[in-house]
Amino acid sequence: MAPPLIELREITKQFPGVLANDKVSLSLKSGEIVALLGENGAGKSTLMNVVYGLLSADGGEVLVEGEAVHIRSPRHAIDLGIGMVHQHFMLVAPLTVTENIVLGNEPTRGGVIDFKQAREDVREISHRYGLAVDPDATVRDLPVGMQQRVEILKALYRGARVLILDEPTAVLTPQEVRELFAVVRSLVSEGLAVVFITHKLEEVMSVADRVVVMRDGRVVGETRPSDTDTAGLAKMMVGREVVFRVEKSPSTCGDTILEIEDLKVLDERRLEAVKGVSFTVCAGEVVALAGVSGNGQTELIEAITGLRKVTGGSMRLKGVDITHTAAREAIAAGLSHVPEDRHRRGLVLEFDLMENTILGDHRQAPFAKHGVLDFKAITEVTRKRIADYDVRTPSEHIKASSLSGGNQQKLVLARELGRDPDLLIAAQPTRGLDVGAIEFVHNQILAERSNGKAVLLVSLELEEVQSLADRILIIFEGQIVKEFVAGEASDEELGYYMTGGGGDKLSSGSEEVMTDARAED
Amino acid sequence: MPELKTEHSTSRLAAVLRELAVPLVSVAIAAIIGSIIMLIAGFDPLAAYAAMFKGAFGGGRQIGETMLRSTPLMFTGLAVAYGFRAGLFNIGAEGQLFMGGLSAAWLGIVLAGMPRPLNIILMLVAGAAIGAAWAFIPALLKAKVGAHEVITTMMFTYIGRYIVSWLVTGPLKAEGQIPQTNRLPVESTLPKMHEMLPFLTPSRVHLGFVVAIILAFFIWWVLKYTSLGYESRAVGYNPWASETGGISVSATTIKALCISGALAGLAGVTEVMGVHMRLFDQFSAGFGFTGIAVALLAKNNPIGVIAAAILFGGLSAGGGTMQLEADVPQKVILIIQALIIFLVAAEQIARWVIGWTDRRGATEHAG
Repeated sequence: MAPPLIELREITKQFPGVLANDKVSLSLKSGEIVALLGENGAGKSTLMNVVYGLLSADGGEVLVEGEAVHIRSPRHAIDLGIGMVHQHFMLVAPLTVTENIVLGNEPTRGGVIDFKQAREDVREISHRYGLAVDPDATVRDLPVGMQQRVEILKALYRGARVLILDEPTAVLTPQEVRELFAVVRSLVSEGLAVVFITHKLEEVMSVADRVVVMRDGRVVGETRPSDTDTAGLAKMMVGREVVFRVEKSPSTCGDTILEIEDLKVLDERRLEAVKGVSFTVCAGEVVALAGVSGNGQTELIEAITGLRKVTGGSMRLKGVDITHTAAREAIAAGLSHVPEDRHRRGLVLEFDLMENTILGDHRQAPFAKHGVLDFKAITEVTRKRIADYDVRTPSEHIKASSLSGGNQQKLVLARELGRDPDLLIAAQPTRGLDVGAIEFVHNQILAERSNGKAVLLVSLELEEVQSLADRILIIFEGQIVKEFVAGEASDEELGYYMTGGGGDKLSSGSEEVMTDARAED
Repeated sequence: MPELKTEHSTSRLAAVLRELAVPLVSVAIAAIIGSIIMLIAGFDPLAAYAAMFKGAFGGGRQIGETMLRSTPLMFTGLAVAYGFRAGLFNIGAEGQLFMGGLSAAWLGIVLAGMPRPLNIILMLVAGAAIGAAWAFIPALLKAKVGAHEVITTMMFTYIGRYIVSWLVTGPLKAEGQIPQTNRLPVESTLPKMHEMLPFLTPSRVHLGFVVAIILAFFIWWVLKYTSLGYESRAVGYNPWASETGGISVSATTIKALCISGALAGLAGVTEVMGVHMRLFDQFSAGFGFTGIAVALLAKNNPIGVIAAAILFGGLSAGGGTMQLEADVPQKVILIIQALIIFLVAAEQIARWVIGWTDRRGATEHAG
């Protein structure tokens, strides 16, 4: 029997304060799709970065076709037939598909790049593996799914026989995901081996031949999709039973906390993004704002949180006018904000956990007195928040950038909820998180609700909207086009209104708008 | 906060050493490359370095001279470092320094006959204020219309220098042929340090050195332990998250650039009050620009600025002796300074020499 294409033996990798990989062994045969499943921070990416020569392991060995090798660099990995497609694509946007694919390995004739040959090569491999793509298109103009295809072609062009896909579906639409799976299946039928790094259970069930589950840097189990189900996988991954549907009591709507009236907001291009929106959120209620990305949600949230100027209408928080207040006053008035982009707006990644914990409250007691920070109080509160919100970290002195995505989001939640706000605005609070972290975030949001807080949730995930919300507002083209009470509408109905299906006055322009929205992405 | 340090003191120490490693190794590599260049040019590097060291630290007078030369670099190094921490590149410290010098040359005459301590305090405060004012307009332009501070502070440097040029040749010119202002009365000057520490006799080092050291510790404290410093660093790292956290990015930008300007202004004041006792066109040997190199070498750490300024001051003080005794041209100093800056900027070289082969950012992707 031929040796496996790649075999990892007891790979160990230590980062300061974290054992990212603890004696991980894994083998990969020609013609199989192996899903590497685990929570954020379980060590999946670290392991694959070792294989791809981006990191060097502290212990263990890598065998390629039975021979022990020390992979020094990505270039070396490529020479050994290992290709990797990262979560963030490494393409040169202004260049064409062909130029991107041959970059670094250009066919030359007399010292000049032979573009004719290059295009032929690209056509040939794209035909062979059934990855249709226009070799002359500019990468910048391609949708995300196509760009990913270019990345895969790039690896194949360099002779990859093992392909590592790092969270390949995170950026794709459901249609693109189906296409990707078809591509992956055709690749393995040609004798390649594919490693699929993911934390999404449905994907594992539908595409993998074999599933290797990692937790806390160790392999905790291996199975086949036919031998298990999503609940079983979730249990292996998280280490305990996971409740998918959250239980919640009926809403007890108290005082009106947030009142928005005829709000108008401009976007960056000075076009009206929010066109006269009115709604209220009361104490003890979760209101979800559902819509396709780019329909004014971001601008609306920024207006409420004091990050964007309002051009018309009014906003009141607990009866106090906040129409023209800055973020600082909005925070003081009892507002907390879990931003949509936690790396850009949620955290200062270079700050340690203490410094991130006080952001927004850094002028007030107990953190500051007369403009001087009180690190004794800061340390005490930070430690308490880390414990209360289950932020997994070796200490409060490490930088936020070295936490995993789920723990970063828990840190943001810890800060924003720890402030004991009257209104919580949570934008895409579970984006990119694994099931364990999602469950945690959902429970925290519902805990706020039962504590009589008002919650405004913005989400693209219908499942999340359906399970958390008491009322659902559908936003389309900067207007609220429909309101549902929880449980009243099916996913299909929500989707119908989100894409402009409701209301006569909107239906005529909807085609056009959809095209626009796609072009912006 | 000593009570918190106990359990982390070892890792903290390791972190400090890690921070120090790159600058130290960079300086060492620069010295080695410098000696290779001297060998090629037919000089004896060991003799050159020995003479340089002797000229910089060989005795009380030499040490005093090194302190003297490092003083303006500490102020400008702190100025540039503070700006960098807030994400601002104050390339115009030289202009703010000139305005500080101007204020001292004028105010020192106005205050003639007043008590010396009062004059010193007033002149320092005024110089810091005008340095801040000189940075305020670029700061405002940056905060309100986004004009890049590299362009505007540089332009303001030209304006400042030409204003000084005009004043010392015209309205403020002293009697005689030379374009310079009147000599400051003794009550408007900084005391020499050898008056208190005879060991430093007869060097010219003045009280400004002590002021600079105290200020470095103060700025370190401000950055780490005050809300103001916290906001400056937050904006420097991530303006969007700062804004979301209720920090006014424009107000913080203005404050930070003005603080930077105030520190640079003090360099001008102390040069006039402590060294020249008057103002003339060439009173600064590009201290504002060398301050950028000092801040880089210090990795924008205020305490590091003290060490980096003393190194640069020592190189400058020792250069003369090196030329006299080892017959090596003083310009070699400039080569070594340039190499240090190059190596600090290209940090990877030093990391490679140390053997930190982990690729950039590797530890930040521990997922």
